[in-house]
Amino acid sequence: MENSFIKALAGIVGAPNTLIDPESLACYGYDSTPELQSRPGAVLLPGSAEEISKVMALCHEAGVRVTPRGSGTNLSGGSISFDAGVVLQTSRLNRILEIDEENLTATVETGVITSALHREVEAKGLFYPPDPGSMNISTMGGNVAENSGGLRGLKYGVTDDYVMGLKTVLADGDLLKTGGKVVKDVAGYNLNQLLVSSEGTLGIFTEITVKLIPKPVAKKTMLVHFPQLEQAALTVSHIIAARIIPATLEFLDRVTIKCVEDYAHVGLPLDVDAVLLIEVDGHPAQVEEDAAGIRQICERHHCSFFQTAAGPEEALKLATARRVALSALARMRPTTILEDATVPRSCIAPMVKLIQDTARKYDLLIGTFGHAGDGNLHPTCLTDERNSDEIARAHQAFGEIFEATIAMGGTITGEHGVGVAKKKYLPKLVGESGLRVMRGIKGALDPKGILNPGKIFSLTSD
Amino acid sequence: MDYVKLINCMRCGMCLPHCPTYKETFLETASPRGRVALVRKLQEGELVESEKFLEYVSLCLDCQACASACPCGVNAGELVAEFRCESKKEKGLSMMEDLVLRKLVPHPDRLEAATAPLRLYQKTGLQQVVRSLGLLKLFPEALGRMKGLLPKLPDAPLRQTISEVTPAAGKEKGTAGFFLGCVMSLIFSEASLATVQLLSTLGYRVVTPKAQKCCGAPNMLGHDLDGLKEAASFNTDLFDSFDLDFVVTDCGGCGAELKKYGQHLDGERKAVDFSASVRDISEVLFAESEALAAKLRPLPLKVTYHDPCHIAHCQGIRSQPRALIKLIPGIDFRELPEADACCGSAGTYNIEKPEMADRVLSRKVQNVQKTGAEYLVTSNPGCLLQLKKALSEAEPQVRVIHLTELLQMSMNA
Ligand SMILES: Cc1cc2nc3c(=O)[nH]c(=O)nc-3n(C[C@H](O)[C@H](O)[C@H](O)COP(=O)(O)OP(=O)(O)OC[C@H]3O[C@@H](n4cnc5c(N)ncnc54)[C@H](O)[C@@H]3O)c2cc1C
Ligand code: SF4
Ligand code: SF4
Repeated sequence: MENSFIKALAGIVGAPNTLIDPESLACYGYDSTPELQSRPGAVLLPGSAEEISKVMALCHEAGVRVTPRGSGTNLSGGSISFDAGVVLQTSRLNRILEIDEENLTATVETGVITSALHREVEAKGLFYPPDPGSMNISTMGGNVAENSGGLRGLKYGVTDDYVMGLKTVLADGDLLKTGGKVVKDVAGYNLNQLLVSSEGTLGIFTEITVKLIPKPVAKKTMLVHFPQLEQAALTVSHIIAARIIPATLEFLDRVTIKCVEDYAHVGLPLDVDAVLLIEVDGHPAQVEEDAAGIRQICERHHCSFFQTAAGPEEALKLATARRVALSALARMRPTTILEDATVPRSCIAPMVKLIQDTARKYDLLIGTFGHAGDGNLHPTCLTDERNSDEIARAHQAFGEIFEATIAMGGTITGEHGVGVAKKKYLPKLVGESGLRVMRGIKGALDPKGILNPGKIFSLTSD
Repeated sequence: MDYVKLINCMRCGMCLPHCPTYKETFLETASPRGRVALVRKLQEGELVESEKFLEYVSLCLDCQACASACPCGVNAGELVAEFRCESKKEKGLSMMEDLVLRKLVPHPDRLEAATAPLRLYQKTGLQQVVRSLGLLKLFPEALGRMKGLLPKLPDAPLRQTISEVTPAAGKEKGTAGFFLGCVMSLIFSEASLATVQLLSTLGYRVVTPKAQKCCGAPNMLGHDLDGLKEAASFNTDLFDSFDLDFVVTDCGGCGAELKKYGQHLDGERKAVDFSASVRDISEVLFAESEALAAKLRPLPLKVTYHDPCHIAHCQGIRSQPRALIKLIPGIDFRELPEADACCGSAGTYNIEKPEMADRVLSRKVQNVQKTGAEYLVTSNPGCLLQLKKALSEAEPQVRVIHLTELLQMSMNA
């Protein structure tokens, strides 16, 4: 990147917010995606929507590529600039602008941390349900760009279900306002939804308005052990079939259970195939009824242990196993590859079996946990990046797992996004016409291809 | 440095919201994840040890908040400290560091002698004169900061005045070895006296070996591993020569160091056993909750608690001090927002990185103000120094005291 150009950028965002030293470039060359890295040409930390707009106008004119970045916790390489372009970090736009208790909306700047919004709205008795595992550090902009889900997705949906309005800077610096506080809006294309999960390729969000709901008054947490995987999977399906929608319905497989027990000693038996963590919330009477219904279904499917938390403290204890799952796995080996293959709920048992068989076939250690309620599993491969042979086997294994996922009518990513990590699987999933439409949309909004190019799909068919 | 410790970081970012310097700057280079990446890339030859590089890593407080938050067991603070230790070994210490961290602080007798003039200076009222003439401002910035931190010193260090054995009041339950930290002895002797009184009241005979040496933490800061090992084996042998049920300290920094003696002495049996016998005072008192509660009298005070890094992050002690405060009848306990965030005192950080130390500290002060507390309780001398000074300026009606002082107040109320 030329010196004069960097000077011009610094003229917009200020010199201290323009980083070009090798140390900074190295630190902005990665996100949470294993194995991927590439140094950008410059890092900018703008302080306002106006500054972002000016930066984009300048980059557009010069044909310089820009990659937006929130906290850099995505798992698909989405916030890495692979062509020495500009990385634009949004964290200085971090004000919660309004919590509108009459319209039940919150309006935030893009860099607001997800859990900061939770705290703020919950203090007012309101609720913003999306709760990705990374919520203590992920930004709202990152959540919208990836359409992040979380533990409460089964009952409450994902980020997309809450986005009502966006302010976005387009590739040429123009400002676009979509949606707003109205609950109904059919004026023109639904651009909000187009922008959600666009992974920074269509525009840079500066302001986000989300829907809030009343905070559920009661909650019950249950922990259930199953000696047999199939029974656990059937339980999941039968709970939903019984018209009970738990807020949380999480699953741990045998490998994960062993790792959790080794790490946290929470008293999990090592001879069971699966553990389910179930949480129901809502009106107290409804919660009681749902919990009783769930217990019946679990017992019918031969659970070996069923525990209901007596109070909030015990609930926290029961949830420990799920909460520490990732930590417990990640400590086993130096490198952790966390995936998010997603299948229709009815396919959970065959999917988990397939993952376990594939792990055996390629001689790998893979633990699976995840959001059983919505079929969103996290097969997590524990490996060592220095062992190139094992890494190659891991990629082969995940290739097979994704093929099977698609064959079962599932998807290659339920919540982590495509980025570059899963780009090669996308054509199989969406087909030629899917790609053509996406490329067409990209071309219409960003004709020069400067916004996070090469993410999700290649700009040209190759 | 062990390369595998660096690649254990999976770059998940879970540590970022806990890192005081990241929260202030939003810079990846000032985050634990970034610091691990910097050191790693240096090892991989992708970066060189430039001035900027050293500036970035030296901004780390070594508060270890990142380690408590990391799912993978990575300790970015420790890795940075280890790197700096290795790098300094090659380059040598500055004269000031050598003098203070190696030749002065680790030797209680020398330290006591060196602070004697200060005590005199405070006692004779010279303090007032110097302060009012603004002479402190004439000192080089660093020295000025150091002096400004010092509260009124006790007449004599506690180590000199305390008797080696304090009998149990009433029926004797056991014997506690008291590890009296240097700064506690020199500056916060009243808190340590409270510690001894509490133990004695609860039925423990308290042995405070006069010959004890500094715990070794300053040696670590001064990158003097030999000095550290020497201190560890001396103190291990010394305490071993008494018949003790456990060893207790009321200094978070000492406690964290003593618990690592086993590690420092490469798993030597005696040192491992010594480390296993070390308790923070809050652990001992918490185990005696019932007996203690019977002795506490009402104190209608608004109180909050700051978690010292060396207690919360290094020793994992969080609930016990809070539970002890809540034992006091009539107390109005208010949780401090971001209670376990470093106050910025962190060893010599305060002197080396004054700007960041001030930012971190003023965030702490604002959080204390939000609670409306009259008393800020904590249990580490570094935090006491730092917070006493800051609050005396920003919020003079808030008193900063050690946990044992609060409990003693309630006992004597
Ligand atoms: C331990 C761990 C647990 C996780 N758990 C979950 C989970 O439960 N559910 C889940 O869905 N995800 C999860 N994730 C993935 C990740 O945290 C989410 O994708 C999150 O939304 C990313 O937010 P971020 O601020 O870090 O964004 P980044 O990683 O910085 O960016 C993500 C993408 O968004 C784009 N982007 C960022 N800001 C903007 C903006 N203002 N405008 C336009 N584009 C933008 C970037 O270009 C990039 O493509 C997890 C990750 C980790 C490491
Ligand atoms: S240090 Fe730990 S918490 Fe921080 S990014 Fe690395 S693995 Fe994650
Ligand atoms: S030790 Fe403290 S300052 Fe250093 S990286 Fe960890 S959290 Fe940040």
